[in-house]
Amino acid sequence: MTETPLTQSPASELSAARSAAARLDPPIAFPQDRTCPYHPPAAYAPLREGRPLSRISLFDGRGVWVVTGHAVARELLADPRLSSDRTLRAFPAVTERFAAARNRRIALLGVDDPEHHVQRRMLVPSFTLKRTGALRPGIQETVDRLLDRMAEQGPPAELVNDFALPVPSMVICALLGVPYGDHDFFEAQSRRLLRGPAAVDTEDARDQLDAYFGSLIDRKQKDPGDGLLDELIHDQLREGRADRQELISLATILLVAGHETTANMISLGTFTLLRHPERLAELRAEPALMPAAVEELLRFLSIADGLLRVATEDIEVAGTTIREDEGVVFSTSVINRDEHTFPGPDALDWHRSARHHVAFGFGIHQCLGQNLARAEMEIALLSLFDRFPGLRLAAPADAIAFKPGDTIQGMLELPVTW
Amino acid sequence: MDIGIAIDKDVCIGAGQCALAAPGVFTQDDDGFSALLPGRADGDGDPMLGEAVRACPVGAITVTQA
Repeated sequence: MTETPLTQSPASELSAARSAAARLDPPIAFPQDRTCPYHPPAAYAPLREGRPLSRISLFDGRGVWVVTGHAVARELLADPRLSSDRTLRAFPAVTERFAAARNRRIALLGVDDPEHHVQRRMLVPSFTLKRTGALRPGIQETVDRLLDRMAEQGPPAELVNDFALPVPSMVICALLGVPYGDHDFFEAQSRRLLRGPAAVDTEDARDQLDAYFGSLIDRKQKDPGDGLLDELIHDQLREGRADRQELISLATILLVAGHETTANMISLGTFTLLRHPERLAELRAEPALMPAAVEELLRFLSIADGLLRVATEDIEVAGTTIREDEGVVFSTSVINRDEHTFPGPDALDWHRSARHHVAFGFGIHQCLGQNLARAEMEIALLSLFDRFPGLRLAAPADAIAFKPGDTIQGMLELPVTW
Repeated sequence: MDIGIAIDKDVCIGAGQCALAAPGVFTQDDDGFSALLPGRADGDGDPMLGEAVRACPVGAITVTQA
């Protein structure tokens, strides 16, 4: 916490900005809150005009590049000259709490190759299509059990806490070998980690999760279970291929990324389908469309908006130069609405292929758990609308609270009835 | 025209996008890395082959035409 964020733009940034193909004067602030939970913020409209690259201003006044064009985003996300190492001095921060946490090493998503590749290799076997496919019956059981409980206790229900959050939380606990009985603790800490509100909350949440996983690893070393964490302790820790701190960091990332993101997709996906009754009717009539619908929802909703990188050397791209030490933000919500790749991008339409969206990122850091997330979303949404054909919002749509723009997007609550 | 498919396993990150896009050509081995299904080293005229190449996040798949 001794490190302070950069508050002044290096001279090279200013000259690069002047020569940029797309200039916005003054640069718009990023991130901003959405006005509708399933559309990019209205204030980002100039970014769409300025594709594929624009300048934006971060909370600390720093000017950075924002990537908004789909082809350039794919090119740059796969470029090893853009680093994910947030301990680098010039790494951009989108919030004060992010800036405060930047001197901490974060496994997987905060490291570059070759270190990243070694960590990813440890985990990949557990997230293949075959392995996640084998989890489907268990996911279905979990979903059915939660829907049974909703039916017993309602209507109404609060879908975030009664369904959207517990589904991925239970699934990732079973996969990792983390006791679900601890879910109140780690769900609360995950919320603080991602949303603060203050930097001190984020820091404390990380300390608490570190301590939790430290003691869980100690317990598992004495009394092994059959989760991924147990496998990692057995195969990596004992063999000296990973150290305890690395395992703690990996476990935290897997647990937090494994439930927060999917929970948001289930809650916001449900809300979005309820707001598109014709689309929902089509899906009900033809459930085989669900995989395409999930892909389209991933594109349309782009809940992880604002992937961060820093240039480690000069990069010529799209007729301009990203200079060494400049920050680069990928606005997935704008990229995934690029009409050159997705015709009619503002319509929810699964008949137009959404396959090449970057909602899971692209390049070496593309989401490790994406196939598990797809399975969870397909099963959760199909089963929910199958069980409650009359599902509807229990409050006016514009009165339902959703998440602010500086974190992963989703519903804060989702009152429903049937 | 003969087609050859090469997978660079040192580059592959096991995202599984090739097998998702073109399940008639690609699979994942036990380590999670991309592999060709037996007898499909020529892509077998699968129309989804190009989609699989494009879906790979790290450009690990190359298709050559001889």
